[in-house]
Amino acid sequence: MKMKRRDFLKGAAGSLALLTLDGKVVDARSVEALPPHALGILYDSTLCVGCNACMAACKEANQMVPEASNGQKLWDNPRDLSAQTLNIIKKYSSGSGIHKDQDQDGYAFIKRQCLHCVDPSCVTACPVSALTKDKETGIVGYNRDACIGCRYCQVACPYNIPKFEWDDPYPEIVKCQLCSHLVAKGGISACCSVCPTGASLFGPVAELLEETRRRLQMKPGRQYDFPVSSIDSGKSHRFKAPRYIRQVYGREELGGTQVMYMSAVPFERFGLPSFPKESFVSMASGIQYAIYKGMVYPLVVLAGLVFMVKKNKNSEEADENTPPTDQGAHHE
Amino acid sequence: MSDHAKPLGGRICTPTFLICLLVVGIALYFAGKRFLYGIGSVTNMNDGFPWGLWIAYDVVVGTAFACGGYVMALMVYILNRGEFHPLVRPALLASMFGYTLAGISVFLDIGRYLNVYNLYLPWQMNFHSVMFEVAMCIGTYIFVLWLEFTPAFVERWQLKNFEKRLNRVIFALIALGVLLPTMHQSSLGTMMLMAGYKLSPLWHTSTLPLLFLLTALFMGFAMVVFEATISSRVYRLGDETSILAQIGRIMSWILAIYLLIRFQNIFMRGEMGTAFSGSFLGNMFLLENLMLLIGLFLLASARYRTNPRLLFIAALAVLIGGSLFRFNTYIIGFDPGTGWKYFPSVGEQMITYGLIAFEIAAYTLFVKVFPVFSASHAADANQ
Repeated sequence: MKMKRRDFLKGAAGSLALLTLDGKVVDARSVEALPPHALGILYDSTLCVGCNACMAACKEANQMVPEASNGQKLWDNPRDLSAQTLNIIKKYSSGSGIHKDQDQDGYAFIKRQCLHCVDPSCVTACPVSALTKDKETGIVGYNRDACIGCRYCQVACPYNIPKFEWDDPYPEIVKCQLCSHLVAKGGISACCSVCPTGASLFGPVAELLEETRRRLQMKPGRQYDFPVSSIDSGKSHRFKAPRYIRQVYGREELGGTQVMYMSAVPFERFGLPSFPKESFVSMASGIQYAIYKGMVYPLVVLAGLVFMVKKNKNSEEADENTPPTDQGAHHE
Repeated sequence: MSDHAKPLGGRICTPTFLICLLVVGIALYFAGKRFLYGIGSVTNMNDGFPWGLWIAYDVVVGTAFACGGYVMALMVYILNRGEFHPLVRPALLASMFGYTLAGISVFLDIGRYLNVYNLYLPWQMNFHSVMFEVAMCIGTYIFVLWLEFTPAFVERWQLKNFEKRLNRVIFALIALGVLLPTMHQSSLGTMMLMAGYKLSPLWHTSTLPLLFLLTALFMGFAMVVFEATISSRVYRLGDETSILAQIGRIMSWILAIYLLIRFQNIFMRGEMGTAFSGSFLGNMFLLENLMLLIGLFLLASARYRTNPRLLFIAALAVLIGGSLFRFNTYIIGFDPGTGWKYFPSVGEQMITYGLIAFEIAAYTLFVKVFPVFSASHAADANQ
C-alpha cells in the first residue's frame, strides 16, 4: 500500500513538473486562423486629417453621449477611449510639430479602437463567453446579458481597449464592435462611411491586406488612387504617396488583428507596443490545457484522492472504535 | 473528524467582538454605496487597473491565508499524518470563513452580479478561460468547506440521521477539498499570464502556476501556526509548540524549494539585473523574498522553530512574504503602460477591513458555540 501511494504522489509531482518548464509550453494552442469572411478596417495615418468626423459618427451610431474635457463643454472632446468613447483620433506631436507625418518637428494622427484580434485575449479570458469572435466576420462582439463584469478582459487585452462603466450601479463592458448592427443590415462601420479621405477604410481583411501591399509598393511623391469608405465602394481620391514605415501594424502582432494601421511615423510614437507574433493567450491557455487535458487529469487525481482519504479515514476510525485508554494517544 | 472536540463556551460579546461588528457596520455602509452608485463611487479602480484591493487582497491573498484547511486535510487524510488531527478543524473553520468572505468580496467586485448564473449554463461556459476555472473551483470549494465543517454542526445539534448520510460522502468531500484548492490556487497564477507585457518580468513567468501553488501551501501552513499560536494564548489552550514546530519543519522544505525555483527562474530569464537594479519593483521583489528567507532561516533550525516566539515570527514573515508576492503579481508589478495609477480608496479599504473583522468575529463565535478545539486542549484550558 505504501508503494502505491508513493507512485501516485510521483505521478502528481510529475504533472506539476510540467509547469516548471519555463518558456516552453507543452501543447501550446496554435494561433487561431483568420475567419473566411473576416471584416476589418485599414487606417492610414498619412491620409487622416484629424477632422474627428469618425468620432461623431461613432457616437451617433452607438448611442454614446459626448464627453467634455479641458473645461470646454461645446463639443465632444474625450481624452481617451472610455465607457462613452469607442473610437478616438489621437495626435502625436514632436518638437515644433508643424510637418505632417514627420517624426521630428512633426505630427501624425492615430485612430484607437478595438483591433478585433485574430486570436483575441478577451474572448479567451471571458469566463461566460460574453465576448465572442464571430465565426464568419471575425468581429469581436459583446453580450451584456451574459457578462458578469469580472473585468478579466480588461486585464487580458494587450491594447487596453475594453472599458467599464465605473459609475453605473449595473455596469457594462464597452468596446467597438465594428458596428456589427450596421454590418448585419449590409452596411459598413459608421467611422469609415463618414471618413472624407479614406483614412479609415472598411472591407474584407484579405482585400485590405492586398491594399497594404499595393501601398507599400508605391513610389513616394507620385500620385495614386486611394479608395474611400469601403474598399469596394468604387469611390476614390488621388493623393501623393507618402513615405510609409515598412510595416503594417496588426498584420502579425500577437497573431494579427483585423483592424490594421499604416503610417509614416514609427508605431511606437503612438504608444503602440511592438509585440511578438505569438499571442499571450496561447501561452496561458496552452499551460492550462497541458495541466487539465479537458478535465481528464483532475478526475483521475480526484479518484486517487478519494481512494487515499477512504483508506486513511477507515484506519483512523478503526483506531477510534477500540476503547480509548488514553485520549489522544492514538494520534501520536 | 475529531470526536473529542468541544465548544469552548464563554462570553460571546467581548470587546474584540464588538469592535469587529463596528468595522463590519462601516463596511456595510460602503457596500450599500457601491450597489447604489456604482463601483467607481467607492473604489479607485479604473480602466487601467480593473482589479484592485478586493481582488488582490480579499481573493488572491485571502484565499491563500485560507489554505490552512487545505494543507491540514492534505497532511492528515492524504499523507496519513494523524498527529496533526487536532489542528484540522480549527484550520477548516478559518478556511471556511476565508473563502466565504472571498466569495462575498467577489460579489461586490463584479459589476453584473445578477448574471452570475451564466457560469453554470453549459452553453455559456468558456473552458479556455482561467477565470472560469477559478470561479467554478472557488464557488464549489466554499460549498465543500461548509460540508467539511458540518460534522461540528452535527455534533453540536446531535443530527444522527444526517451524520449517517454525510459519512457516506465525506471521503469525496475531503478529496474534493484537496483537489479544488490545488487547481484554483495554481490557476490564480495562470490568470496573470494573460496580462502579458503589462506585468513586470519579475513576476510574469510561465512558472507562475507552480509558484502560486507553493505559496498557497506555505501560507496555509504559516496561517495554521499563526492562528494556533494566537488561539492557544487567547483561549489558554495549552502549549502546542511541539506539533507546530513540526509544521514549521515541513514549511521550511516548501520554502526552500520555492526560493530555489524562484531565483533559478529569475536567473535563467536574465532578470537578476532587474531584481538588483535598485528600482522600486526590484526592491519589492527583494523585500518579498527577504521575508521568505527570514522565515526559512528561522524554520530550518530546530532550535529556533521550537521557540514559540521565533516560530510565530517566522510564520508572520512567511505570511507577509507570500502576500507581497501575490500583491506584486496582481497590482504592484502590474502596469498597463498608459499612465494609469492605482491606490485603494478609503471606502475600498474599509470593505476589506470589514471582511477581515467579520472573519475574526465569526471565528470567535464559532469556537465558543461549536466543537472546534479538541478536548485535550479544553482540559488544559480548565487548569
